[in-house]
Amino acid sequence: MAETATSGVVEVKEPSFPFGKKEKQLITDPLMDNNPVTIQVLGICSALAVTTQVFPSFVMSIAVVFVCAFSSLFTSLLRNNIPKQVRMIVQLVIIASLVTVVELVLKAFSFEVYKQLSVFIGLIITNCIVMGRLEAFAMANRPWRSFLDGIGNGLGYGLILLMVAFFRELFGKGTLFVGSPAEMFIIGANNATTSYWINTAAESGFGSYFSWYANNNLMVLPAAAMFIIGIFIWWQRSKNPKLVDIS
Amino acid sequence: MEFFNVFIKSAFIENMVLAYFLGMCSFLAVSKTVKTAFGLGLAVIFVLAVTMPINWLINEYLLGETGIFGTDLTFLRFILFIAVIASMVQLVEMIVEKVSPSLYNSLGIFLPLITVNCAILGGSLFMVSREYNLSESVAFGLGGGFGWFLAIIALAAIREKLKYSNVPPALRGLGMAFILTGLMGMAFMSLMGIDPTVYAGN
Repeated sequence: MAETATSGVVEVKEPSFPFGKKEKQLITDPLMDNNPVTIQVLGICSALAVTTQVFPSFVMSIAVVFVCAFSSLFTSLLRNNIPKQVRMIVQLVIIASLVTVVELVLKAFSFEVYKQLSVFIGLIITNCIVMGRLEAFAMANRPWRSFLDGIGNGLGYGLILLMVAFFRELFGKGTLFVGSPAEMFIIGANNATTSYWINTAAESGFGSYFSWYANNNLMVLPAAAMFIIGIFIWWQRSKNPKLVDIS
Repeated sequence: MEFFNVFIKSAFIENMVLAYFLGMCSFLAVSKTVKTAFGLGLAVIFVLAVTMPINWLINEYLLGETGIFGTDLTFLRFILFIAVIASMVQLVEMIVEKVSPSLYNSLGIFLPLITVNCAILGGSLFMVSREYNLSESVAFGLGGGFGWFLAIIALAAIREKLKYSNVPPALRGLGMAFILTGLMGMAFMSLMGIDPTVYAGN
């Protein structure tokens, strides 16, 4: 990442818009074997903050895919002209302006979602996936590949986010996709405004078998996200032992 | 006295990592050995302690309605704070590269990533929302950095000991670090709500 200014000169000439095996790998690798969250350890903070519910996580993932892809593209286009001493400020200006675009678009077309997410959208600026990929990949690679790398890493991040949010919302609140058109109330005690599929307050019928059930408040705390991601890493690495690090 | 209270509070009771879960990425990735964790911890203390008063001055004298421009410029807060942080981190990076190339190599990408360490920007935003004055913001910067430093040293030390334990192979390293951090965070929840001013007797 340090010698990018010179490495641009010695690159092999290739066609600028291919979609071959290498390009496909750039998209699929970050989904599993090189996942930004569980392997590269990037973007954990927001993975802990947003994932109490599925729907905000979903919007957040789309926003991160967009910001990641286009900031990689622009940084890669500019990479030979950025002096090493000010490269972080340049990268952050690119990221911050893209995040502002996302924020304004959300505000204009989907105000409800914007209200739900406002703080977290601003915090995409400090999501280390974006800047991590700029430093590690986009500063040393051609624009098209950097663009694909951005999309792949954004998707890999979104995958983890949705998975963690699914478990946290289901076991922490007894609901799924609240806030979206497809909201579901799975389990809980019925009250005046909501009726759940499994009504734990029911006197008789199927719901009455679940009268012992209570939502797990631990799941709403950030610590639960750490445990879920930890268990996911366990599963992922026992499936693919090559990923195990000895340290 | 106020200075000391804010320091203790930000370092132990409202620890950036273990109570607010900020600055996780580098906390988990660089805590493999105590030596590198020590280096990164010092860098974070420095960046937090320097950016906090600078951002306080910016917020007070440039952005507010009483500042030199006379209008409400708070929508520029994010970009200006981040720019200050980025230039400080760039400075730290150049110093570390000159002074200790081996530490520079072992920190790798996580040295520039201090810029996007949520603990740093989060600290500046906390400072604004809690309306600290200049000396308190210095104490908050030092204390927050010190708390982060202590937390990463603690995790690194536990992980060094864990090398000799019989952890399931797939859970070794990162997986165990996640679960440990979750447990440490739960332990730290018991400190929340302690008010140092009560113990100081005022």
